[in-house]
Order: sequence, then C-alpha cells, then structure tokens
Amino acid sequence: MNRPKTCFLLFVALIAALAPFQSAINPYYFNILISIGINIILGVGLNLVTGYTGQFSLGHAGFMAVGAYLSGSVTVFLAPRWLPALGGGAAGETALFLLALIAGGLGAGLAGLAVGVPSLRLKGDYLAIVTLGFAEIIRVILQNMEIVGGPRGLSIPIRPTGLFGTYLAAALTVYVVVLLVHSTYGRGFLTVRDDEIAAEAMGINSTKYKVIAFVVAAFFAGIAGGLYAHFIQFITPEGFGYLKSVDIVVIVILGGMGNTPGVILAAILLTILPEGLRVMSGWEFLPDAVRGIVKNRMILYSLLLIILMLTRPQGLFSSGGKWTQKWRAMKRRGRA
Amino acid sequence: MDPKMAGHETEGPRMNPLLEMDRATVEFGGLRAVSELDLTLRQGELVGLIGPNGAGKTTVFNLITGVYQPTSGDIRFEGRSVAGRKPYQITARGVARTFQNIRLFGSLSVFDNVRAAFNIHLHHGISHALWRGPGFDREEREVETMAEELLEIFHLDHLRDAECTALPYGDQRRLEIVRALATRPKLLLLDEPAAGMNPTEKGELMRLIRFTQEKFDLAVLLVEHDMRVVMGICERIAVLDYGVKIAEGAPEAIRNDRKVIEAYLGE
Amino acid sequence: MIQFLQQLLNGLSLGAIYALIALGYTMVYGVLKFINFAHGDVYMIGAFAGMYITPYVWKILPQGADSSRFSWSTAGGAFAVLALSMAVCAVLGVVIERLVYRPLRERPRLTVLITAIGVSIFLEYFGQYLFGANPKLFPEILPDRVIEGLGDDLILSVNQVVVFAVTLLLLAVLCFIVLKTRIGTAMRALSYNPVAASLMGINNDVVIAFTFGLGSALAAAAAVLNAINYPAYSIDPFMGILPGIKAFVAAVLGGIGSLPGAVVGGLILGVLETMVVGYGSPMYRDAIAFAVLIAILLFKPNGLLGRAEKEKV
Repeated sequence: MNRPKTCFLLFVALIAALAPFQSAINPYYFNILISIGINIILGVGLNLVTGYTGQFSLGHAGFMAVGAYLSGSVTVFLAPRWLPALGGGAAGETALFLLALIAGGLGAGLAGLAVGVPSLRLKGDYLAIVTLGFAEIIRVILQNMEIVGGPRGLSIPIRPTGLFGTYLAAALTVYVVVLLVHSTYGRGFLTVRDDEIAAEAMGINSTKYKVIAFVVAAFFAGIAGGLYAHFIQFITPEGFGYLKSVDIVVIVILGGMGNTPGVILAAILLTILPEGLRVMSGWEFLPDAVRGIVKNRMILYSLLLIILMLTRPQGLFSSGGKWTQKWRAMKRRGRA
Repeated sequence: MDPKMAGHETEGPRMNPLLEMDRATVEFGGLRAVSELDLTLRQGELVGLIGPNGAGKTTVFNLITGVYQPTSGDIRFEGRSVAGRKPYQITARGVARTFQNIRLFGSLSVFDNVRAAFNIHLHHGISHALWRGPGFDREEREVETMAEELLEIFHLDHLRDAECTALPYGDQRRLEIVRALATRPKLLLLDEPAAGMNPTEKGELMRLIRFTQEKFDLAVLLVEHDMRVVMGICERIAVLDYGVKIAEGAPEAIRNDRKVIEAYLGE
Repeated sequence: MIQFLQQLLNGLSLGAIYALIALGYTMVYGVLKFINFAHGDVYMIGAFAGMYITPYVWKILPQGADSSRFSWSTAGGAFAVLALSMAVCAVLGVVIERLVYRPLRERPRLTVLITAIGVSIFLEYFGQYLFGANPKLFPEILPDRVIEGLGDDLILSVNQVVVFAVTLLLLAVLCFIVLKTRIGTAMRALSYNPVAASLMGINNDVVIAFTFGLGSALAAAAAVLNAINYPAYSIDPFMGILPGIKAFVAAVLGGIGSLPGAVVGGLILGVLETMVVGYGSPMYRDAIAFAVLIAILLFKPNGLLGRAEKEKV
C-alpha cells in the first residue's frame, strides 16, 4: 500500500546514483536538464491550483520571483559571513544553498498566503487578473528595491544548483501533489473544482482547500525560483513578468489540467521545443517565412493553445478519463 | 405509516425541535424572497414544502444551508443559531441537501462522489495524506467500505466506477441523495427529487425517501412540485406563496385549504 | 494649484484613452460574459494600422510644409487615418470572434479565457514577426501646438482638446447606437438574457460580431488618439499589454458591463495614475492600476456603477 513512498525513495536513490556523473554531461544538455526539472516543479505545482482545484492563476512567476530573490539574497548577504563559519568548501556551500532554498520556498509560500486569502474569493477571469496584478506588484516592488539591485538585477556568486537538488525538488513536488490529491482528504480539491457550491454543501471548506493549494504551489514555485537563481546566477525583475507566468500556464494546459504525468511530459516537451525550433530555424531549405515563424516559439505556443482549446481542451496527453476508468475497473477485477 | 397516524406521535424524542425557522426573512435588493417564515421540524419528521413557481422554496433551502444569510429573523438547528455560519459549517452540524438542478462532481466517478462527501468526518489531514501511516490506510478503507455500503443500499453499486455525468437522470438524483447521506445528516433537504421522473420512478422514489428517513432516522424537508408525491409521503405540509407561508397542516387539510387552492389556481 | 490643474488635465486626457479601450471590454462582457484578454492587443494593431495607413493617406491629402498652420488637408488626413484604423480593427475583431470565440461559446469559461490569452500572445508575437521587435515612431498626423494665454504654467495643447472632442463625439455615436438603433437594442437585450433574446428573433451571432467590431474600432480610435496626444509616440508589438490591463481595471472599477461605468472608471484611473506620477514615484505608475483593481474587487466587486449578479443555486 505504500507504493508511492517506495517509488519516491527509489527515484531519489536513482538520481543520487546518477548525480556524480553530472560533470560529464555536456553543458548544453546540462542546461536543458536543469531547465526541465525547474519547469516540472513550476508546472506540477501550478497544476494543483489550476488543474486540480480549478483556480486559474496568472501570477505564478511572481512567487517564483519571491523565491529567487529571497534565496538569492540569503546567499549574497550571508555567504561572506557564513561560508567560512560553515567550514567553507562544498559542504558549507550546500548547507547555505539548502537554507537559501528553504527561505525562498517559505517566503513564496507566505506570499501565496497573503495573495491567496483575499483573492481566492474571486472566480475565473477576475482571479486570473488579480493574480496577474499581484505578480506585477511584486515585480514593481523588486524593481524599486535598491538593496537587491533594483532594475539592474542581482548577481549570485555561487552556482550550487545541480541535477540532484533539482530533481529531488521536482520529485518532492510530484510526490506531494499526487499524494495530496489521491486521498479522501485531497478529493476535496477536485470537488471544489467541479462544483464549489455542492462541495460546501457536502461540508467541504472550499476556501481552505483553495488557500492550501495556492500556498503549496507558491512554496514550490519559490523553491524553483531559488534553484533557478542559483543556476543562472543573475536575476532581474523583468525575468519574472507576465510572459513567464503564461509559460507556466501553457505547461499545465498542454499537459492537461489535473493530469500530473501529462504536465511532466509537457514540461519536458516545452523545454526541448525551443531548442528544436532553433535548430529548425537554421535549416536553409525552409522558406524564409517559415523560418521566421519557427524562430519565434511564442507564435507556435499561442497557436497551439488556441487550437488545443478548440479541439482538445483536456490537454495533449489526456485521454479524457477513459483510460483511468478502464484502469480503475481492471484494479477492481483484480481485487475481487 | 398512515400520515394521519403520524400526527399523534409527538411525545418522546420528538419533543425537541431539530430545525426552527423563526421569522426568517431574506431580501434581495428590496425584494422579499422569503418573509417572516416560521417553520419547525422535529427529529424524524417528514415535512413537505410546496408552493407555486417562484414562491421561494429553494430560497428557504439556501437560507437553512447558509448559501444566503437571513436579512432578519433567526434559524436554529438543534437549538443553536446557524445565521452567519458558512454552508460547510452547517453541513458539519448535520444538515445535508440535494439540488434542484443536479450538482454532482462531474469529473469524479460515482464512487468518488460518495467518498468525497465523507470528508467532514475524516480524522486525517494533509500530514497524514502525505505520510500515509497505517492509520491513514485504515481510515481510507473504512471510508471505502461505508461508501460501498451506501451505494449498495441504493442499488447503485454496479455503477460504482461509472462517470456520474453518464448516469440516467433518475440515478443521478439518487446518487445526490446517497452523497448527501454520506455526510451523516440529521436533517435532509430534498429539492424537487421527482423532477423529470416518470410515474414508475416517482413511486420508487417515494418508497426510497420513506425508507431513507426510517433507516437513517432523519428529518426530511421535501420541496416538490408533484402533489401526488408530497401528499403521499409527507406528514405535514407547509405552503409558500410569494415568500409568505399561507398554510401549514396535514395533507388532507392542505388539499382543501381555500388559500392554497387560490394560490395555485390564481384568484 | 496650477500644478494640480495641470495633472488633472493630463490625467483626463489619459483617462479618455483608457475609457475608449474599457468600453470594448465592457461591451463584450455585456453580451458574452467573458473578458476578451486580447483586447489590448487589438489596440496595438490599431496603432500599427494607423502607422502603415498614414503614408497612403498623405499621398491623397498632402501635408502642408508649415506644420504650425492649420490646414484642412492635415485635419482630413488625421481623420482618415483614424477612420481607417478603426475599420481595420473592426474587421479584425469580427474575424477573431468568428474564428476563435464563436466555436467556444458553450464551453466552460476557463477554456474561453485560456483561448483569449492565446489570441493575445499570438497577436503580440505575430505582430513582432510582421512589424519587427524594435519600437517604431508613429507619424505626426496632427502637428501639435500649445494653446496660449492660459497662464504661464498651465499647458494645454490643441491636440489634447482634439482628443477630448473626438472622444466625446465617439461616445455620442456609441450612445446613439446602443440606445436608438435596432442593433443596439438587440445588444442590450442579449446582455440581459441571451436565450430570451434569441427567442425574440434576435440573431445573436450577428449582434455579438457587431459588438466585437464596435469594441475593436474604439480600441483603434484610442490608439490613434493616443498617438495624436503624445508627440513622438513610439509603438511596438507589446504596447497593448499595459493599456489593455489598465483599461480592464477601468472597466471593473466602473462596473463591468456598464457603459457609463467604463467611461467613469477610465477617467478616474487616468487621473489617479497621473497624480501618482506627478506627486509620488513614477516607478509605481504601473502598479497603481493593480492596486486599484485589487481594492475594488475586494471591497466593491460590482464596481461603481455595475449591477450585482448572484449565482443561482
């Protein structure tokens, strides 16, 4: 019965075993791998809010920004003093990194609480715009904070983000979201999405569920931001704007709302796709117009989004519940 | 089970009112949807609430369940006021309802619809759901067993894994009742359960309501348009017209009440 | 005091622009109950349309050598640019509605919202592909002059007056359409009850398409008027995002679905923003709209002039 826990531990063991070889990976692929991991965290986290709980948020990059800046600041301001005290070297760096990540996650979680409690009273379009507004406010505040570099950005001196850390965080996100949702307690998220009024009539505190979803997703977005900051080593408020939020939303929608494996696949696909498109834009045999469009991935993303909504609103990787139903029936027959 | 007999058994446990609406009033922008309504339900009673279209019957349900707040007056459940409480808090106290326009959880299976409604009685929370110790597994199995039992009682167990939206209309209405029962209510509010059913199904439904009420020892408040259903199973009937209670009494008395006939036929 | 008056004046002319865009949001919300996220980008297309149309207009209506003197040819040219941009965007609005929103009419609101975001991003990046990423200078279609004799510190330009006048004219036309014409009556009927409207013989498809066209035309007008208002106005494919969001805030502030509300909300927001820039910090000028939005949604979600709607249980 404890299959999920075993799976999780096995995966952690696997990445722990593979991690030592990361230096052998070509930096280009290493980049892509880390980006995939970060996008999985962001997508799966937002999926809890949008996919499972049905609350459309357009401000996820704002929480990522809080995490990135908070963890970045922890490193920038504490590294000179604490690194020697922690014994310097790799161990000290890892300890500081961990502290920075947790600070970033908790800070973003708090921001999620502060944003979620007032705005989750709103629905649909309004919620989308208000979350977008909060994210923009976060961005403007960061731009005005001279201590973290204002519009010029913040440089982070160390680069401890590696495969192990990133995929551990990704696995943790998947584990938390999947286990939360697959329990009688967690079915509350789905009922709130399906029909809030009926959920309340069944004794389910919809506000609590929405806020929990929001805070959990914000926490993981903060972790993702911390990983990102300690990977790219230079962050600006501009990098966490509206379009970054849209990027994350596209991952969730493409993967299929409320479909975690689909969202993971979408995160992988959408991280690789721009690279593929870049290669394609170099193909000389293609007409110039095509190459121009291919160069601009957002044209294709937006078309994909529109066409998907028109033809397959359940996402690219969802079978519309048919397979889950068959699977459930099979499991039942097996048990009987 | 002659409705006339029921009126005599007012002694004993039935003495304390379960639900008391005390001059409950709700206004929407100056319009009184329900006006100074007094209505009392005792434990185990089956009461009908009827009235012409737009009389405010569903509004009464929304008042009792906290979807709307009374503008004035009070609503008490087991002696404690429910005014100002949220719907989920009122459900936790023991009031469950069905909806006139069926509101099942569309993406969940039949079984999950019922399981979800056990939510308020869970001992486990986030930490248990994540850690998944033995206590969590035990409770999940208990919930499964209880949900299966409920489905069996209502002959829906063979549809367990079906998508609830794919069910025939009558089954969806029954599933709503099952889901409401999973919250373990003391008072069940049924909003037009016979709507859209054929005469055979209606007869079946009447037996079902009676059976449910006795098996789970419930008080039932029934909003229904079909007079045959209401007259057939209710011990007492209250009649609303334009948000005002114009009559209350045994089915026979209501059937012959001049004001009621006027309300239905028009002056 | 003079400074305050000056800010108020500048705020009102900015607010007039917001109001014109906000009207598009509010009209579409009225008939379809959804927020057309791509509306700000239609405004952007309006600006580019104006820019590309201008040289052709100038071929027919040559501009005088002395830009400080009024000439009928210049005024006519500006008017032609305005009218043609409005026509281009009206067509664009109708096409978007026909291709994308109409097939989604019975779908969940979330699906429509996501699609609208998709349309918005498409217009931005396809615009970037077509027009290039670099900002472009909008041609000076109506040379500006300061009106003399208002006192030393108060600056009012001819073009500010023109913007006010044209905005008022457009509002008057809109009022006439909505209140006095058959199609306007149909629009209002649809916003109350689409099913009943169609039972009364109203062709909902036509009315909705017309509403999109009308709203989009007003967005184009806003773009051209904005270019007239600010000399050396530079435009780029992403210029629609912020005005779009701000105009949306204006619509919500006034009460979404209410036409007078959109105008009032636009003016209030324009003045507020100008005041924040003038007396506070210019860095916060873009945050003010969101602060207003959040405050209004939390404390008065139906806006100043909106009507309450409650979900039926």
